[in-house]
Amino acid sequence: MSRWEALHDLMSNWSAAAGMAIIAAILVVALAGPLLTPHDPLMPAPLQRLQGPSSAHPFGTDSLGRDILSRVIGGARISILIGVISVTISLLPGTLLGLLAGYFGRWIDSLIMRCMDMLLAFPAILLAIFITAVLEPNLTNTMIAVGIVYIPHYARIVRASVLSLKQQLFVQAVGHLGGGHVRILLRHVLPNCIPPIIVYATLGMGTAVLQAAALGFLGLGAQPPSPEWGAMLSEGRQYIQIAPHVAAFPGAAILLLVLGFNLFGDGLRDVLDPSLRSQ
Amino acid sequence: MPLGYIAKRLLQLVAILFGVSVVVFLMLRMIPGDPAQLLLGEFANPEELARLRTQLGLDRSLPLQYGIYLQNLLQGDLGNSIRTNTPVAVEIWGRLLATLELSLAAMFISTVVGVSAGVVSAVRPHSAWDYGAMFMALVGVSMPIFWLGLMLIYLFAVKYPVLPMMGRLPMGLEVPAVTGLVMVDALIAGRFGVLWEASRHLLLPALTLATIPMAVVARITRSAMLEVLSKDYVRTARAKGLSEAVVILRHALRNAFLPVVTVLGLNLGLLLGGAVLTETIFSWPGLGRYVVDSLMGRDYAAVQGCILVFAAMMAAINLVVDLIYVLLDPRIRVNE
Amino acid sequence: MSTGPVLDIRELTTRFDTRRGPVTAVDRFSLNLAAGETMGLVGESGCGKSVTALSVMRLLPRPAGRIVGGQILFKGKDLAALPESQMRRIRGNEISMIFQEPLTSLNPVYTVGFQIVEAVRRHRRMDRRAAREEAVRMLSLVGMPEPAARMEDYPHQLSGGMQQRVMIAMALSCRPAVMIADEPTTALDVTIQAQILDLMNRLKAEIGMAVMLITHDLGVVAETCQRVAVMYTGRIVEAADVRTLFRRPAHPYTVGLFQSLPQIGGRRGRLRPIPGAVPSLLRLPPGCAFQERCFRSDAQCRQDPPWTSVGAEHWVRCWHPMEA
Repeated sequence: MSRWEALHDLMSNWSAAAGMAIIAAILVVALAGPLLTPHDPLMPAPLQRLQGPSSAHPFGTDSLGRDILSRVIGGARISILIGVISVTISLLPGTLLGLLAGYFGRWIDSLIMRCMDMLLAFPAILLAIFITAVLEPNLTNTMIAVGIVYIPHYARIVRASVLSLKQQLFVQAVGHLGGGHVRILLRHVLPNCIPPIIVYATLGMGTAVLQAAALGFLGLGAQPPSPEWGAMLSEGRQYIQIAPHVAAFPGAAILLLVLGFNLFGDGLRDVLDPSLRSQ
Repeated sequence: MPLGYIAKRLLQLVAILFGVSVVVFLMLRMIPGDPAQLLLGEFANPEELARLRTQLGLDRSLPLQYGIYLQNLLQGDLGNSIRTNTPVAVEIWGRLLATLELSLAAMFISTVVGVSAGVVSAVRPHSAWDYGAMFMALVGVSMPIFWLGLMLIYLFAVKYPVLPMMGRLPMGLEVPAVTGLVMVDALIAGRFGVLWEASRHLLLPALTLATIPMAVVARITRSAMLEVLSKDYVRTARAKGLSEAVVILRHALRNAFLPVVTVLGLNLGLLLGGAVLTETIFSWPGLGRYVVDSLMGRDYAAVQGCILVFAAMMAAINLVVDLIYVLLDPRIRVNE
Repeated sequence: MSTGPVLDIRELTTRFDTRRGPVTAVDRFSLNLAAGETMGLVGESGCGKSVTALSVMRLLPRPAGRIVGGQILFKGKDLAALPESQMRRIRGNEISMIFQEPLTSLNPVYTVGFQIVEAVRRHRRMDRRAAREEAVRMLSLVGMPEPAARMEDYPHQLSGGMQQRVMIAMALSCRPAVMIADEPTTALDVTIQAQILDLMNRLKAEIGMAVMLITHDLGVVAETCQRVAVMYTGRIVEAADVRTLFRRPAHPYTVGLFQSLPQIGGRRGRLRPIPGAVPSLLRLPPGCAFQERCFRSDAQCRQDPPWTSVGAEHWVRCWHPMEA
């Protein structure tokens, strides 16, 4: 399939197009952030506490009188960053470990994959909580924790595609021609692992955003006054009975962004790798 | 059922738990903050600190500390909580049952709803129902359940107060503990008022916790059913003159269960993880909230115990999933 | 065989919606089948044999495939117009079907016994015990050794030949008037093939049913059938009794089929495959679909060829049939 054909398929795939539209919109908001915010997201206004949505404050104000719309816009940048950085943190070591395990096999494979199994023995959020607690709770450590938790997933996916590639003749042929291991891995094996990695990384962004927000919600992630959506929810929780809008909008923003990544990832999977469709 | 196979898997389980216990032990020692200091406060005098450290075994070498820990562990002693000074094993047990009750309810909801939605979608692919259900499923897997829980509380406990906001039972209502699962205990005691109250309390947290697994199960059921429905044996079943309901439920669904069971097993991790959030939102007195509280309070023994229990549950569930596999698919031959 | 036909297919037309447009997989197909008779339906893969069978069974994959014309008369009823609920009472009961791949055609998670009992109890008023006994009797009828013990086996525990015997036992368990066998021996070893064909011949006589045997293998036809119809791109191009067809094939396509076969003890010489390829159903030429590959074709072949008689009960759809 040529690149243009793939792109055409992607655009005509309803799910991918919708996902892309959502992500693009949030990306624009994240980049243009300060230009769009009607108020300062961090500036308290004690006289305007917990006001419901109005024309001055479309999403209302929080317990310190800050404009929630401005804070949600400010949080977009944080959430996109979380997605990109966390996925990078799991993607790079995960891919490397998967390549090594799948390509060399034997004891290297066993050693790497048993360690991965050990990480997978914990529920993801628990492991992330644990790591942030070890490292001390803040936004950076949230990204590191969420990143570490998903390393095994990438290792498994890459290992699986390496194993199936190894069966194919061309890799064996290159091996017989005497290419060095590094050369074979980088020039021949890695490029063929890329489609599943792209699909998984896209879906992984959604998961990362969700997990980071959960940590923020538990008070283990970004700390106040940061307008991180999970942390905002955590504040909003206290006022759920009198001012539900404080929690409603940041949560809806999380849902929208994660939905965008999942729609796009699903569409990508259909286009890039139809064999993965049933999974 | 091959006993040798089960024995082998149980041994593997023990090995995993051993590994987990080492990892957790080491990681906990890396946490910044001295538990003795934390317990006695900032202004404790050095002698008291030293005495407490000795008492907690913190002054010995790491391998020795681990050896003592392991020895106690094998005797079922997980140590005492430094916050409450009660045995961790006792504290965990009560909370484990609360988590179990919540998880079982969520598991039940997600399986029944997820499988039904997936089957209907697969039987009428590309119909309005199919698109609607699959879009809802995608929303489900994208759901921040801590937000969903809050919104459900606002809707059903604040705006239209038909359900309670939190807890397992109203204050003062109790039931003699037989199994530790309130719903079951109420049934055993024949106290239907309590049963009613308990199910009202369980509904919102269970729905919240069920959301993501339900969506995942619906998606996987649909794709598994679509694949199975194109198989030759489904055509044979139709050629026998069987009704469409029998073809779908008896011949197709039974075969589609294999991937669904796998995903259900994998999702138990999701479910246990989700329990941490759900229990926090609904003040459900379970293990998930306990582990977060313990971690914040630097309660080593409690955290260690919880994580071991979580890991043991995950491993045990995987074992059960494999055994269900053997039961569901006669083609799987177990190598002893 | 003086009785009228049990199955009388008239001008059956079946269409499929494909991504590239609608396709007529079976085109004005007419055929009748008398009790006790085996009718062979021959052609290359993709010629519409299996779609014909699935049309008669009303098992076309939905919603892509549907019958758009013609009648399928069975015991005075038109199956093409029968409501689904009534059709279900006929399927597996009065008309049954066996398939090419016995392993994939049996449900892997149920025992052989369960699957036969299920077929018996669907159509015959029997309690569990009686149905079980009937299933064992069917298994011994199809030559299964130790039938009672085999009831508890799962399909994967049996050999291919035994699996096909199970399929036959299941198909015959309600004593159907018509059995449609779609390539029943293609997936089996040659020695097993002969056994299964013998078995089908014997049971056909015992039960007195009609068999529609779908195959691409002219050898199988010679061994089992009384009459043959040859199909090409959804249409019957020639029909005759076996003897006539093998001695004096009239349609150039039938001739080509024979010439592409190795013949034991026949004239020696090179095998001559038919030149060219089967045209896509989406782009059939006007008139005779075989004209582009035919050594006798001319301008006339661009008109629809008539269904002409070239001998007693020997029909061919061709402008230039081979002379006798």
